[in-house]
Amino acid sequence: MTVTEEYQAVFTGKVLEQLQEILARYPSKQAALLPALWLVQRERGWISDRNMAEVGEVLGVTPAYVKGVVTFYTMYHQHPVGKNFVQVCTTSPCNICGAEGVVKALLEQTGAKDPGATSPDGKWTIVEVECLGACGFATPILVNDDFIENVTPEKVAEIVRKYR
Amino acid sequence: MGFPHKPHPKETVVLSQYFGDQEARTYKGWVKRGGYEALAQALKMAPAAVTEVVKESGLRGRGGAGFPTGLKWSFMPKEKKKPHYVCVNADESEPGTFKDREIMRWTPHALLEGTAIAAHAIQADVAYIYVRGEFTEPWTILEKALTEANAAGVFGTIKLYLHRGAGAYICGEETALMNSIEGKRGNPRIKPPFPAAAGLFGMPTTINNVETLAAVPHILTRGAAWYKGLCLSNPKSTGTKLFSVCGHVQRPGNYEVTLGFPLKDLLYELSGGMPAGRTLKACIPGGSSVPILNREESEACLLDYEGCVAAGTMLGSGGVIVFDDSADMVYQIMRLARFYAHESCAQCTQCREGTAWTTKILERILAGQGKTQDLDLLLDLAENMTGKTICVLSDSCAAPVVSGIKKFRNEFEDYLAGKRKPVMVA
Repeated sequence: MTVTEEYQAVFTGKVLEQLQEILARYPSKQAALLPALWLVQRERGWISDRNMAEVGEVLGVTPAYVKGVVTFYTMYHQHPVGKNFVQVCTTSPCNICGAEGVVKALLEQTGAKDPGATSPDGKWTIVEVECLGACGFATPILVNDDFIENVTPEKVAEIVRKYR
Repeated sequence: MGFPHKPHPKETVVLSQYFGDQEARTYKGWVKRGGYEALAQALKMAPAAVTEVVKESGLRGRGGAGFPTGLKWSFMPKEKKKPHYVCVNADESEPGTFKDREIMRWTPHALLEGTAIAAHAIQADVAYIYVRGEFTEPWTILEKALTEANAAGVFGTIKLYLHRGAGAYICGEETALMNSIEGKRGNPRIKPPFPAAAGLFGMPTTINNVETLAAVPHILTRGAAWYKGLCLSNPKSTGTKLFSVCGHVQRPGNYEVTLGFPLKDLLYELSGGMPAGRTLKACIPGGSSVPILNREESEACLLDYEGCVAAGTMLGSGGVIVFDDSADMVYQIMRLARFYAHESCAQCTQCREGTAWTTKILERILAGQGKTQDLDLLLDLAENMTGKTICVLSDSCAAPVVSGIKKFRNEFEDYLAGKRKPVMVA
């Protein structure tokens, strides 16, 4: 079957209104690029090439330019991720406090198996990230937008239960 | 005061006074605590007079470089011919540093007030607060605080906006941050021109760190002389500073002390020392980008801009990373190198190739496959990564490697000689 799904624009209705409100903050349209990409990711969960083309059209830049920006920043997803996207800090200060054990426990208990891979049930993607800026609360993790401090391998089971 | 800890008697609590105080987050609560008085005072003063007070106080940038804040403000054109901007660097992501996060979480209005004062001083109509993308909680708190303050009309004609980053350490570099706000890849720019001449959108811009701006209202209400008097050692280092202590200590957290405070006291008294039965091996006092100190150097180091230089390191952001005798320094230095390799914007060859190559060599040494000449190779690489690029990310990668090899050479040599069990690096 080669049915091409019709593209549903992101920037319509309320989302378009939000973008217009953002555009009023800057002297150039292009400055709204990062906020616009955040809106796309909030609405769609990730940012596809077609989404990038739409953003480019709305802000007056080329799709290639948008892609160049998207690929620079690690928080924009260029492919679908699990329902729960988990970022675990494993940089040195967290590392010496046992962050690698937290990653291992999360991979095992969610069934995601490998960092960056999504669990077969589509619910979990676990990634190792560099410094989350909460080194005194090792190990910090981000589950979607929830920032959780002082995570240890022992606390992983409870977190997995809560978000499953 | 290192939330969630109670203030230690040796702390000088100024910025952190209301950490943990829920009510201080609200506009009403902030006003009740004397908030926004400094802004009202500043708005009645001539912009240059505000700058003069900050200059006189001796306040220096708390983001890492330690540049005198008032002097930076004075570089802005006196006669305004085009729009001026303030950028707030809230992209805190230097490993070991988590002070700005606490300021934004507990005293968001302190940052907003300091930002508005800076905007008045440099004649800016607009200020952008660039918050790192991962700081979801500080963002929500700041957003609420900004809405409340705007509703109260406290900023007059000055407009403050929040701008969310999207995961890039390099955007903490001032010109990369400006590019990022402009909707570009976060590549640092070649300087000059400096931001005061051509910064955000090509216009005169001043950029300051969160902690720097949070100190400004206190300086205005209590006076430059009071701030200048907060000094334990060198008169060029004045005021209080938040030190984020993390790693192998009993009580990690943010401690606020007067500059010139002994690192030894911070480690053993305020932070409660190492875990039971452990001893101090190494300490990075200013965030991961500064040279590592060994135990003796740490115990003799005074925490101010000059004291840290005298100890062979830098005050940096005040992110204090503590390693006890259980730490594998080769592994930890590899982790730091990997951080920089991941965060390099890849513009300059020395950095793009150097950070990645350094990481690979360290991984190889850890895996027991190192060659005897690898340490010389690392030092040679580091030399070519220092002072040769647009920004200092490359230098920052070299700092822990060079100081690490110098001070903990035996640990590297043990891996090379097969005396340590190889570590398979994931």
